[in-house]
Amino acid sequence: MARAAFVLVALLAVGAALGLVIKKNVIHGAMFLVVNMASIAALYYMLGAEFLAVAQIVVYAGAIMVLFIFAIMFLIPGKDETGPDPRRWQRALALPLGALLLILLLAVVAAVRGTGPPAAGPATSGALYRALLTDYLLPFELTSILLLAAIVGVMVLAKRRPG
Amino acid sequence: MTVPDAWYLGLSAVLFAIGIVGVIVRRNPLVIFMSIELALNAANLALVTFGARLGSPDGQALVFFVMAVAAAEVGVGLAIIVVIFRSRHRLSVDDLSLMRW
Repeated sequence: MARAAFVLVALLAVGAALGLVIKKNVIHGAMFLVVNMASIAALYYMLGAEFLAVAQIVVYAGAIMVLFIFAIMFLIPGKDETGPDPRRWQRALALPLGALLLILLLAVVAAVRGTGPPAAGPATSGALYRALLTDYLLPFELTSILLLAAIVGVMVLAKRRPG
Repeated sequence: MTVPDAWYLGLSAVLFAIGIVGVIVRRNPLVIFMSIELALNAANLALVTFGARLGSPDGQALVFFVMAVAAAEVGVGLAIIVVIFRSRHRLSVDDLSLMRW
């Protein structure tokens, strides 16, 4: 049952990822990415990471994708990726090299399969919160400074006039 | 039957490869950005899988920080793309050759 659910969600995730890369329309690509993020959130839930499943929906499928859609609407695409491709042979090379990367990664996965300690089961969300506020307290606080710096940086960039 | 860890890692590998190919193949910087997000998510999936295997919250904590950094990165990156579009009125990475030979 769990395996059937995994295969279903995995097919959804891979299909959406392929849609993002193949589809020419940027808005369609963004919608495919939302589907991909949601299916990955489902996988987090299946792995016992409830907090991350919710955070994935809120942060990625919610906030980040809204930003993307806003940027796409603002930039009015449609004229991009038309005309002759000046780097055609480089892009033709991407597919075999990507396949090679995939084969290497899958070989690594196959090599480590069945090794290592026995599965210990997922950590509870409570353990995650405790870890974030004890062991990871400094990075946790630095994250807020990073986000503040990002906000200030975006405002500086947005205010600048061209020319 | 529980799902083996290798399945999650295999899916993570597939998504990562698709994301990398998307970065190389596409010309629209927005799609390239979204492909980067795809690869980041694939890495996150692997981290959560390892965390579940070891029974430690460290994997999930790492993913939490990756999400925060990704949010900051998307904000700044999209602002840069908007500024580039304002000054050039075109949106293709092949046009942006000022800093490469």
